[in-house]
Amino acid sequence: MIVKRTQLTWWERLYLPALIGGFKVTLRHFKNTITGRTRVTQQYPEEPTKVPPGYRGAPYLVRDQDGDTKCVSCQLCEFICPPKAIKIIPPGDSGLQSDRANAEKMPREFEINMLRCIFCGFCQEVCPEEAIFLKQDFSLTGLARGEMVFNKEKLLSLGGTHAGIQKWKHKLDEAEEQETFPIQT
Amino acid sequence: MSAPAITETKSATPVAPAAPPPVEKIKIKVDGREIEVPKMMPDWQGRLQPTTMLQACQLAAQEVPHYCYHPKLPIAGNCRMCLVEFGTPMMGPDRKPVLNEDGSTKIAKSVLPYEPTTPRGAIACATPISPGMEIYPSSPATKQMREAVLESLLINHPLDCPICDQAGECKLQEYSVEHGQAQSSFVEAKVHKPKAVDLGPRIVLDDERCILCTRCIRFTKDIAGDDALGIVNRGSYNTIAAWKPGAFDNNYTLNTVDICPVGALTSKDFRFQMRVWFLKETKSLCTSCGTGCNTVIGSREEKVYRYEPRQNDAVNSTWMCDSGRLNYKWINRDDRLKDVLVSGAKSTWTTAIKEISGKLVKAPQGSVAIVASARQTTEELYLLKKLASKLGALTDSVPREGEGDKLLVNADKNPNSNGARLTGIAFTEMGINLPKIADGIRAGRIQTLIVFGEDVTKCGIGADVLAKLDTLIVSDILPNETTRKAHYLLPGCAHVEKRGTFVNVKGRLQKFMKAVEPKGDARPEWEFLHDLVENLTGKNGYASIEGLFNQMAKDVPAFAGLEWGKLGDTGVTVKF
Repeated sequence: MIVKRTQLTWWERLYLPALIGGFKVTLRHFKNTITGRTRVTQQYPEEPTKVPPGYRGAPYLVRDQDGDTKCVSCQLCEFICPPKAIKIIPPGDSGLQSDRANAEKMPREFEINMLRCIFCGFCQEVCPEEAIFLKQDFSLTGLARGEMVFNKEKLLSLGGTHAGIQKWKHKLDEAEEQETFPIQT
Repeated sequence: MSAPAITETKSATPVAPAAPPPVEKIKIKVDGREIEVPKMMPDWQGRLQPTTMLQACQLAAQEVPHYCYHPKLPIAGNCRMCLVEFGTPMMGPDRKPVLNEDGSTKIAKSVLPYEPTTPRGAIACATPISPGMEIYPSSPATKQMREAVLESLLINHPLDCPICDQAGECKLQEYSVEHGQAQSSFVEAKVHKPKAVDLGPRIVLDDERCILCTRCIRFTKDIAGDDALGIVNRGSYNTIAAWKPGAFDNNYTLNTVDICPVGALTSKDFRFQMRVWFLKETKSLCTSCGTGCNTVIGSREEKVYRYEPRQNDAVNSTWMCDSGRLNYKWINRDDRLKDVLVSGAKSTWTTAIKEISGKLVKAPQGSVAIVASARQTTEELYLLKKLASKLGALTDSVPREGEGDKLLVNADKNPNSNGARLTGIAFTEMGINLPKIADGIRAGRIQTLIVFGEDVTKCGIGADVLAKLDTLIVSDILPNETTRKAHYLLPGCAHVEKRGTFVNVKGRLQKFMKAVEPKGDARPEWEFLHDLVENLTGKNGYASIEGLFNQMAKDVPAFAGLEWGKLGDTGVTVKF
């Protein structure tokens, strides 16, 4: 395809009108800034920044609407995590039983090294239990490396609650309804 | 010198496999490709039976998915997963094959009798092949059958993969991805069955996950000989159960966890410890008795999580005993010996080896005795024998007798008794020299004792006898009475931390690989034995296990002609 070169008129070839037009915009912004009509500079950190929805911040663990830990220690996030920031210690057979009776297990320890985390969101995407979410926190600070390794308790307290479909509760309800079947021995 | 020299042991060569008798073969077609397969093939007991369609497909490199079929178990044919479409040559009324127009044999596909357009599959695991048969393991009809079977198997399956230990090595997961369909047309409530049932001291059963393939029932009845399991209740409520709660407690129960294609049977020991996809798998051997079962070590970040049996039809088929399988926890014990100690003070390998070499060089002939362990590798015993030959030392190892059974457990609890015998460290009657060594120390003839991996205070050389020694050199893994008395303590490695070979009670020479790093300063015994032998004999040996093995094969007649690289994963049988 051949694009034809536009023939500029005499007025356009003069360039000055365009130049002056540009200066007008600059002057308008200058005036607005001087008079305080537009404010571009944000006084961070005195003023907190608002991030758009869907922003990928630090990953935290969440509880369900009953206050139970949702994580079942399946370790898929540990597996998928590209910088290997997540470390989970599974409960073991005699270890920590789950908050919910039929979910059978939850992590004994769950650590995310926030210095390693790249906020990619793979953990949230892979989680089959909707137990880990990337929240809005982007500025994490600490005085030592150890402080930046968040443990289960800290992650749960930062994550808050996320109401979900509660599949384990439904399973339990369904099973309890069927208790009439004579399996009791 | 009373111990037999290496060259005196009987000469032998590895047994060559006998030439197989001529096999009658028949021609069949798998997915249109003609292959010749044996008419008869060994069944689970090794007896020749008519070849099944599943075996024929395997020979044609066409994997047929299956749950209840297991090559080492009797055929049940109840999961229906191996359904395949097939056809046989069409026969005319004169019992002669009907031909197509181009002269080829006309194939009559198996169809439903009342619905001749619908293909009728057969279970590949239990249907024998016949000449001219055509099997279609990847036809659209076969695929539809698999989808339908999987959908039916998943009707009551809880799909709780996130909390299921089998996830990652689950055949139900794998086949659902490969052969299943995305949606289920089942909308009713799933039948809920008991979860976390205590089947025995080592086994937990989740009845909801069970697909009722009955592999566990067949294993415990026909292989372990303990008819403890069965199916109770009817229809959708079919449930695996032990005859009495908690009664599934023979020594082979954990094999059912391996063969369970889903997460119904799980090991209490491994339950919720680690997800299987993190485990590094290392080919190794079990050291709990003289049988030498082939194992796979599952380890992650320098920690051993489980042993699993590995197929070797010359040794353990695909099984191993529970006691051997759970005998790994001591590897991570906190009191493992980690430091080189010289007279009780922490030292370095360089210092210790230098001092020991200096003492041994000066030791008069016959003033040194060596107590080795039949838990050591053949290479280490060979190096110790070299040391003994140079020093004119009396050698022996410690017998370890226990109870055996009819299936796998051997009464000899040493994994390498025959290795000790073949290298000349011990006699046929193991431990016969130990009283002589004790007498020698008491009489003052023996001033230096080298002990590897044994607590000699428990076998006739008590603490009072050890006190008379000038030098006591001990290498071990865990602390005991002897290591506490040692002048030189050299920390050694568990078999999972090094490479080497064992010779089992039947003379099978097998090698094992390293799964985790040694703890602390510990080093594989063969490494520092190699240094000692080099310092004493002045000859440079081999600094790699491969070279060392090949050198040993040249020196020990029973191993003549063997090479590390040719041992393979399942080893070779040596004559002795």
